[in-house]
Amino acid sequence: MYIGAIFFPLAGSIIAGLFGRLIGDKASQWASVLFMALAAICGLTNFVNVALGHAPVTIDLGTWIDVGGLQVSWALRYDTLAAVMVAMVTLISTMIHIYSVGYMAHDPTTPRFFSYLSLFTFMMLMLVTADNLAQLFFGWEGIGLASYLLIGYWYEKESANRAAIKAFVVNRVGDLFFMLGMALTFWTFGTIEFDGIFQGVAAAQAKTIGGYPAIEVIALLLFLGAMGKSAQIGLHTWLPDAMEGPTPVSALIHAATLVTAGVFLMARMSPVIEYAPYVLGFITFIGATTAFFAATVGCVQNDIKRIIAYSTCSQLGYMFFAIGVGAYQAAIFHLITHAFFKALLFLSAGSVIHAMSEEQDIRRMGGIWKKIPLTYAMFWIGSLALAGIPFFAGYYSKDFVLEAAWAGHGWTASYAWIMGMIAALLTAFYSWRLIILTFHGAPRADHHTMEHVHESPAVMMVPLIVLAIGALFAGAVFAEHFVGHDWLAFWNGSIVNQPGNHIMHDAHEAPEWVALAPTVAGVAGIAIGYLLYMFMPAMPARIAAAFPGVYRFLLNKWYFDELYDFLFVRPTRRAAAWLWKVVDAKVIDGMPNGAAALTASAAGRVSRFQTGRVANYAFTMIIGLVFFVSIFLFGIGR
Amino acid sequence: MNAAGFPLLSLLTFLPLVGAGILMFIRGEEAVVASNARWTALWTSLVVFGLSLILWFSFDKTSADFQFVEQAVWMPDFGLGYHLGVDGISVLFVLLSTLLTPVCILASWEAVQTRVREYMIAFLVLEAMMVGMFVSLDMLMFYIFFEGVLIPMFLIIGVWGGARRVYAAYKLFLYTLLGSLMMLLAILTLWYMAGSTSIPDLMQLRIAPDLQIWLFLAFFASFAVKVPMWPVHTWLPDAHVEAPTAGSIILAGVLLKMGAYGFLRFSLPLLPQATEWFAPFIFALSVIAVIYTSLVALAQEDMKKLIAYSSVAHMGIVTLGIFSLNHQGLSGAIFQMLSHGVVAGALFLCVGVVYDRVHSREIARYGGVAKVMPVYAGLFMLFTMGSVALPGTAGFPGEFLVIVGIWQVNPWVALLGATGMVLGASYMLWLYRRVLFSKLTKPDIKALLDLSPREYVTFAPLVVLTLWMGIYPSSFLSFFEASVTALVTRHEAAMTVSRLAGM
Repeated sequence: MYIGAIFFPLAGSIIAGLFGRLIGDKASQWASVLFMALAAICGLTNFVNVALGHAPVTIDLGTWIDVGGLQVSWALRYDTLAAVMVAMVTLISTMIHIYSVGYMAHDPTTPRFFSYLSLFTFMMLMLVTADNLAQLFFGWEGIGLASYLLIGYWYEKESANRAAIKAFVVNRVGDLFFMLGMALTFWTFGTIEFDGIFQGVAAAQAKTIGGYPAIEVIALLLFLGAMGKSAQIGLHTWLPDAMEGPTPVSALIHAATLVTAGVFLMARMSPVIEYAPYVLGFITFIGATTAFFAATVGCVQNDIKRIIAYSTCSQLGYMFFAIGVGAYQAAIFHLITHAFFKALLFLSAGSVIHAMSEEQDIRRMGGIWKKIPLTYAMFWIGSLALAGIPFFAGYYSKDFVLEAAWAGHGWTASYAWIMGMIAALLTAFYSWRLIILTFHGAPRADHHTMEHVHESPAVMMVPLIVLAIGALFAGAVFAEHFVGHDWLAFWNGSIVNQPGNHIMHDAHEAPEWVALAPTVAGVAGIAIGYLLYMFMPAMPARIAAAFPGVYRFLLNKWYFDELYDFLFVRPTRRAAAWLWKVVDAKVIDGMPNGAAALTASAAGRVSRFQTGRVANYAFTMIIGLVFFVSIFLFGIGR
Repeated sequence: MNAAGFPLLSLLTFLPLVGAGILMFIRGEEAVVASNARWTALWTSLVVFGLSLILWFSFDKTSADFQFVEQAVWMPDFGLGYHLGVDGISVLFVLLSTLLTPVCILASWEAVQTRVREYMIAFLVLEAMMVGMFVSLDMLMFYIFFEGVLIPMFLIIGVWGGARRVYAAYKLFLYTLLGSLMMLLAILTLWYMAGSTSIPDLMQLRIAPDLQIWLFLAFFASFAVKVPMWPVHTWLPDAHVEAPTAGSIILAGVLLKMGAYGFLRFSLPLLPQATEWFAPFIFALSVIAVIYTSLVALAQEDMKKLIAYSSVAHMGIVTLGIFSLNHQGLSGAIFQMLSHGVVAGALFLCVGVVYDRVHSREIARYGGVAKVMPVYAGLFMLFTMGSVALPGTAGFPGEFLVIVGIWQVNPWVALLGATGMVLGASYMLWLYRRVLFSKLTKPDIKALLDLSPREYVTFAPLVVLTLWMGIYPSSFLSFFEASVTALVTRHEAAMTVSRLAGM
């Protein structure tokens, strides 16, 4: 059961990947779906046993590396945190596998697609059940690879290739710090196994490196790693571009699972980073800034998937500032509810794109809600949950995250609360901008496309309905366990708050108006969205024209891509060409080649004396004879 | 005395020469000679590989001593002798050499059509020299084999290479020879001091720190060129580009490891103080190698050149690990040497596969190959991931251990060395994208056929090893665990002695 949840997807991946051509498209699709479903059954059972039954287990699979005190094993660590993640990942991944059967029906190489999807799921599961940092890193890099393969799935498209490489390389920047974080962890704790690390925290608090507390540096390095994976501001640039992949990929990877790996890492390492107050402040700051930044950008984008991508980025910011203020439980809670409603939104967007003959620009949509009512309803449910409207899943988690920020200490927590409130307003606003532009108003697509608009097949709609149920009820059902009065028993020590951290308690004590504020912000955002796009459709353009600078700044995503291009990409390229063509070819090779040329030319000049004419030789000999004789004579004479 | 019960190491060293001898007497029509030569060479190398597996199964992993030792007196008055043996550090390199040789012979099956017999002779002689070098326990024998490797390699590049083969062959030869002369001087000095050339005898020698510096530099001149370290690396790209596919495989797979092996065998145990003293200098060169050559690799337009430069960067990681002088670093370095042998060899083989079909190494000549050669694309992706050290492939344990090891010495060096992770991913994926991905437009690329059965067989051992070394590296790490422990202990003891003497 425990092993099955992890390794069934791998089996599915191998069957579809290696034997896909042998057994045919249909068979390999359904084989991988079947294996995913088995994994989901195992995953949910494990959730009941481990998380609800309070019975954590660790299953040892064998040694990986064992060198001079550095011991790393392959193991599956099931505690509440892992069990929650495994259940979520397997369930959502199964839904997305099923959806993909319909969505990718016309694709010529579906076995490859399903193989990648299952491989991704396997890697993600290895990540969340890791028993040590190195295995976590295995999954971490593995999902990076799978994401690279899936973003670049349509490898004939140049833009897809570019996005895939960008995703991998930007992630690698984060991974570099993760790697160094592991090295420092080993230096500090003498182990990278979680149990050993967590037991050594007290002793490690005294250690310093370069004058800084080692724990702070570890936390910083790991957080920098998490920033890459979870697309926090600065290392977020790959996420919107990643929308080049097929839509189910966006839903699975770039909303529900992969991007949450960073949040998971922070929660997993909570016993350590709890003792890094400065880094926690930094995490709060980055998370809050990301939440705000991505929400502002999301307000002006025109690609349906990119808007949702920025929304993901923004919601990840919420999770990070929850971690920063010490409410890891709230971060994971938001992660879970977000996984449901964001997967729902993405898949609904896929359904829209499917209906609109692959159109993704919302400026060329509109007026289709009557033609695809079920998708429209799904979009509403997802958006209501995202906006944090009461009794939808997002309401419980987002509210609690913001209450925790309110209760948090220090200016970063206050900053996070303000940014979070603004972002909550903007989130609701851009969600309804998206809904109204996509579904309402006069049709802006051409006649031909409009005739083709149709509801998606059942194989795509059933997963949507399952996810919608999650988006409706996941919050209400689990709030009590994740962040309510049961939280201590539920988490069962898998997340640690240091003794001085009472945030989980304090957040419940927040005043009434603080608890109500996010809902008000959400409703206000929806109202503004309706006002601007439903009732005064000319307004947005006029506002954009009134503030052209701001509009362009937002439309160009705060110019991050341009900045990086200027700071890193172009100088690297220039340096590369210069180092090769000048330093390598002229300077380094110049020396031996020059020496060789010198020798050769000297030899050539010397050889010119050997003309082969006897007269010349005779003349030289006479000169020489005279020379030596005269030396001899004068020498004697003296 | 000998676990095998018969002179195994001598057999491994000289059996390829016997095969080469047989090849010389093949007579007949050219096509028949070529076919016979191929089969003879393949069988010889397979028998040698089969024999070498005895090492895998009966090597005693708990001992750091030399095993399978063979010793014979040659010139007792001069302290010269015939002395063979393997320890944990060298044993896997013997296996790597004996494994890659049949792979190389298979890779040249159809690619080499001229002077097949001579080509196969050169390869078998090369194998003899490589194995001999790794099993020598006599310094003079080591030197002879170390230099002897050059001769067949020179011929392989100079006769069966590409357009600028003569330039490349001379460059390889002169570069490495110049360094080796310095090493000869060092060897003569040591011989004079110890009165013996037996490596275990030399280990007893205690050398004055001043002299150590000079000896270190002399060895360094030879080994640094072989590694190759920046800035004496420029012979490598030229040699790779001009070499036939199999030549590149063996060059990247085994020859590049000779320099690093020399450091491990001589510089570290014999010259501890000098090693410690030069370590920062080596770090600087290694870090430059990682960053500089990775950047240069980014700018390449020739597939083989790109992989050649990436080799220099990976060897930079190896030298970092060796001179970190701690357990993780050294183990990581040795592991990285092995994994790079497999992965870089496999990548050159990948280039060879399309080169055989299109006869071009230019990246721009390709594009969209994945569409017509999906299996090939899958393998290329696996080895690309091996090269960028993705966990689960062979590249990761070595790089990880080196980073962990070097961090304990100097975190900044670790940071700079680890930038190779980012740059490595950039150039490898950039290569992959331009060759395998994007739209398939060129008509001759459209007509390409996927791997042939012979190519499947050639790739199979490399695929298995890439995954095996990644998922269960312990079966390799355990071979040199004891030897590395001994090396670290020895080094620390030597440093303690010198520190006490200093007081």
